[in-house]
Amino acid sequence: MGSTQQVLGFRQSATAGESQRPPWQIRLQGSDTTWAIAFLVPYVAVFAAFVAYPVVFGLWMGSDPALYGLLFSDPRYLLIAANTLLFVAIGVNVQMFLAFLLSGFFMDRSWWVRSLLAVFLLPWALPGLVVFTSIHFMLVTQWGLLDSLWRAVTGSDGPLFLVHAWSAMAANIVAYIWKWLPFWTLIFLAARMSIPQDIYDAAEIDGASGHRRLLYVTFPLLANIYLICTLLSSVWTLGDFPTVYFVSSGAPARLTDVLATYGFHEAFDFGYPNLGVAAMMSALPLMIPLIILLMRRVRATGVQL
Amino acid sequence: MSIALAAAPPATAAVAARPSRRPRRRRRLLSKVLAALLGAGLLIWTLLPVYNMLLMALDSDADEFTGSIFPPDPDFSSFASVWNEDYWLMQHFWHQFANSIYLGVATMLLTVLIGSLASFALSRMRLRRGWLVTDFALLTYVLPTAFLAIPFVHIMHQYRMADSIWAVVAAMVTFATPYAILILHQYGKLIPMELDEAAKVDGASPLQVYLRIYLPLMAPALVAVGVYALLLAWNEYLYQYLLLSSTSHMTVAVAINQFFDSDEAPWNYMMAIAIIYSLPPIAIYFGLRRFMVAGLAMGGVKG
Repeated sequence: MGSTQQVLGFRQSATAGESQRPPWQIRLQGSDTTWAIAFLVPYVAVFAAFVAYPVVFGLWMGSDPALYGLLFSDPRYLLIAANTLLFVAIGVNVQMFLAFLLSGFFMDRSWWVRSLLAVFLLPWALPGLVVFTSIHFMLVTQWGLLDSLWRAVTGSDGPLFLVHAWSAMAANIVAYIWKWLPFWTLIFLAARMSIPQDIYDAAEIDGASGHRRLLYVTFPLLANIYLICTLLSSVWTLGDFPTVYFVSSGAPARLTDVLATYGFHEAFDFGYPNLGVAAMMSALPLMIPLIILLMRRVRATGVQL
Repeated sequence: MSIALAAAPPATAAVAARPSRRPRRRRRLLSKVLAALLGAGLLIWTLLPVYNMLLMALDSDADEFTGSIFPPDPDFSSFASVWNEDYWLMQHFWHQFANSIYLGVATMLLTVLIGSLASFALSRMRLRRGWLVTDFALLTYVLPTAFLAIPFVHIMHQYRMADSIWAVVAAMVTFATPYAILILHQYGKLIPMELDEAAKVDGASPLQVYLRIYLPLMAPALVAVGVYALLLAWNEYLYQYLLLSSTSHMTVAVAINQFFDSDEAPWNYMMAIAIIYSLPPIAIYFGLRRFMVAGLAMGGVKG
């Protein structure tokens, strides 16, 4: 509630600023209001039918406290919650940090870096189903591509990545980073390009160059967008389904599932939809603070998502 | 630097230049080598899974993995088999491909229509309490889509839309429109309100302002939003899998997954399908990259 008021507060101050415009731009005439409402009806209808109603229905499905008793009594549940936290904490932070560094590399506008950027962004455009399946087959047996490469280089058989829970989880995280690193790199690249050159020139005169420039000029200017992107990516990663579903498929022995795939299996393979919803809702205590923090940050800084 | 040196007496210039110039040149060379190494590493990192798809699709022996780095005897027969629908799991491949296109195009058109109408009402007509809608859009945009999947499927049964492409279209439009509204809102700030006012003074109705002024001027943003919606619908998997079950309504994404459920495992066919399925997004990406990247630079953050 407190956050909602916070949000309202920012909104009101924004409209107060706008009220200095000539009055005819603000007040709609009667017929214009009708038009505006008519224009909004399709979206509001879509929202009501396919967001609001499913959300309420989902809350109702997961509202029985007994479900959570059942959930927490499943010895696998704790493991899956830990997997999800690991997936989010490592996946998001490594991805963001690499994206931040790589965006600096791609600031170079020489022809080969630009063509490399075009290729580098490819994972972003490809279907997750396709690329994650391919990565799965690179890892799944000793005849997969990675093991073949290992054999070609070292002469001995490579590790079986999906046999140990640790390496399978690492494979999920690396695959996730492979798919989404390009996207965040592009976001940071756009942010870096919007930093005026004068700031760098001034910093250079003051003696900041090389790593100092990165540390004291670029990073503070990007800190805000870095934080917002990290929060946003955390929320999305918390609910990420295709990576784990295709790359490790829970192997070995369903030890590498995350909440989204666990809920999916409970709901559609074992026929307990309410338990599936409860599993996903158990992420809300982490997700709601993240979303509140994100929305407040977006309001306070005026960064457009 | 060189001008200053040239002005100085030659002897001192040589003395002064020697210690400072050499490390600098060496450092520049080193950074070039490092950049090249990084570039090569990134290229391998990016293309390895893509190469693996080709490697598997070009393998003529379906069931056994070869364990080699290069295709032992590259063979395009799996692509030919997919083209001719030669195998029972891909009997309806082209029909399913058409379904995927139908899904993508319907999502694209509806997202552009609904998103542009809503953003016109919100940003050009200054509706009171319009921010409520913007906030709900922002919330929907932040929400992970997989978390809504289970109730969504139940609701589609209630709406009697189960096993229909339109159920998936509804889901995709739902998740694409918030992005559309945010991006269009952002881009619309570049178009002066005076244009709308002038048209109104000339007696244009809001619908005419929308059709004759707003839509044409918003064209680049509309393309960005449309491409985003198309790729979202094409690349998404979970909702297609959950909502489409019969062979005639299936999309390619669901058909690919059927290979995992079957006893036989012709992985070369599966990878050939996967490659063909990836070609439209690759083509769209390389053709319309400018618009997609511009959409991001406008401030939209969603994958």
